[in-house]
Amino acid sequence: MAETAPASNGAQPALVAEDIHKSFGDLEVLKGVSITAHEGDVIAVLGSSGSGKSTFLRCVNLLETPNAGTITVSGETIRLKPDGRGGLAAEDPRQIQRIRTRLAMVFQGFNLWSHMTALENVIEAPVHVLKVPKAEAVERAEAILEKVGVYEHRSYYPAHMSGGQQQRVAIARALAMEPAVMLFDEPTSALDPELVGEVLRVIRKLAEEGRTMIVVTHEMGFAREVSSETIFLHQGRIEEQGPPQQVFQTQRSDRFRQFLAGNLK
Amino acid sequence: MDLSIVIENLPLYLQGLWLTVQLVVMALFFGMLLAIPIALLRTSKNPLVYGIPWAYIYFFRGTPLLVQLFMIYHGLGQFEVVQKSFLWPFLKEAYWCALLAFALNTAAYTAEILRGAIEQTAFGEVEAARACGMSRALMFRRIILPSAFRRALPAYGNEVIFMLHGSAIASVVTLVDLLGAGRIVNSRHFAPYESYLTAGLFYLGLTFLIVWGFKMWERRWHAHLRPRET
Repeated sequence: MAETAPASNGAQPALVAEDIHKSFGDLEVLKGVSITAHEGDVIAVLGSSGSGKSTFLRCVNLLETPNAGTITVSGETIRLKPDGRGGLAAEDPRQIQRIRTRLAMVFQGFNLWSHMTALENVIEAPVHVLKVPKAEAVERAEAILEKVGVYEHRSYYPAHMSGGQQQRVAIARALAMEPAVMLFDEPTSALDPELVGEVLRVIRKLAEEGRTMIVVTHEMGFAREVSSETIFLHQGRIEEQGPPQQVFQTQRSDRFRQFLAGNLK
Repeated sequence: MDLSIVIENLPLYLQGLWLTVQLVVMALFFGMLLAIPIALLRTSKNPLVYGIPWAYIYFFRGTPLLVQLFMIYHGLGQFEVVQKSFLWPFLKEAYWCALLAFALNTAAYTAEILRGAIEQTAFGEVEAARACGMSRALMFRRIILPSAFRRALPAYGNEVIFMLHGSAIASVVTLVDLLGAGRIVNSRHFAPYESYLTAGLFYLGLTFLIVWGFKMWERRWHAHLRPRET
């Protein structure tokens, strides 16, 4: 197994994405984006639509294959090889499957499995991917559902829940994997305004517990108050990066000022 | 209307009923076993992979079931290779020929129903499966196929009824299924109305059972699509 040598001081980052490039045809969406998430970091990624922020997140767990760059999770670098079409693909599908279990993702559109109840959604991957015994997975899933406040809905199908409830089940599904890093792809953008709060509260609670997360979001307040690092992406490049107090106060780039002024959706 | 003819020949009809049920159930079983891999290959984007399943489906949907049955029952025996093969003890029997024709035929229709259902799987659900580290095989087994089977259920119920009615042509190759029983009764008593109506009523009864069975099945499998029970 070709793994990079762990950092000698023992504090190896949970996730390092280096110089990620991604093009769709002639359109270069990411022009070299790098981030490092240490354990407990909450990185908020801001940017107007088309800035590449979602694409970046999807490159991290290889839902999109980057054209260049490296991704290292808990010291293990994903081995990539040219896919013959100018991009990169996983050299060993089993490695990327294993790493994906460490990078749980929460989607904008929830993406719960519609033919399964809330509880079944949460235990599915632990039982069938991680091979956790079913009774144990159920016990853990119920505790997680309780924690995100949808325990009473555990036997409901996704179509029978509100968007906020579905998204909390999706967060529970991600938590059940006990991931090293949680990836949130605009987790509140598809929700009715009055449902945003209940989901943000759950994410905030996870941040306070010290979970490592990368949150692509439009919620400025969340980025400002919860994140340990705020990144502003514009046209595929990082324009601002730093602790939120600093980023929001100094607003070095014009683009970021315009973005905040318009609070573009 | 002479009911005594019907009553007198009831054992023959029941025998025919049993054969019809046997042929249809086995054809559906083997047809489904065949249909799943065919449907999976058919959804590939590679012409080398989907070409053969495509041609198979096209042929079996494109020709009448009766023609397929004749080609197997009358046609295969014409080749010496077939006559000398270990399969000949089966292929010279009308029973196995009918079963083969029915299974191959329903496999094509079922594969096409499944292909449509597989391709309609919500893309987000597939991505969620990939994102939590599922392999392709696991994703097909746990996410895509269970959800596709549910979508395919109403169309498949139709296919089962078609297969039941299509199986009546077994009587053309000497088999005494339900219609075969009706033909024998007619030839004995020259009472076409009684003999065929009785066979028809048996088919009607079977259809009723199928429709009811699928209703129960849908109630179980489509719970996630119904309004929430309060």
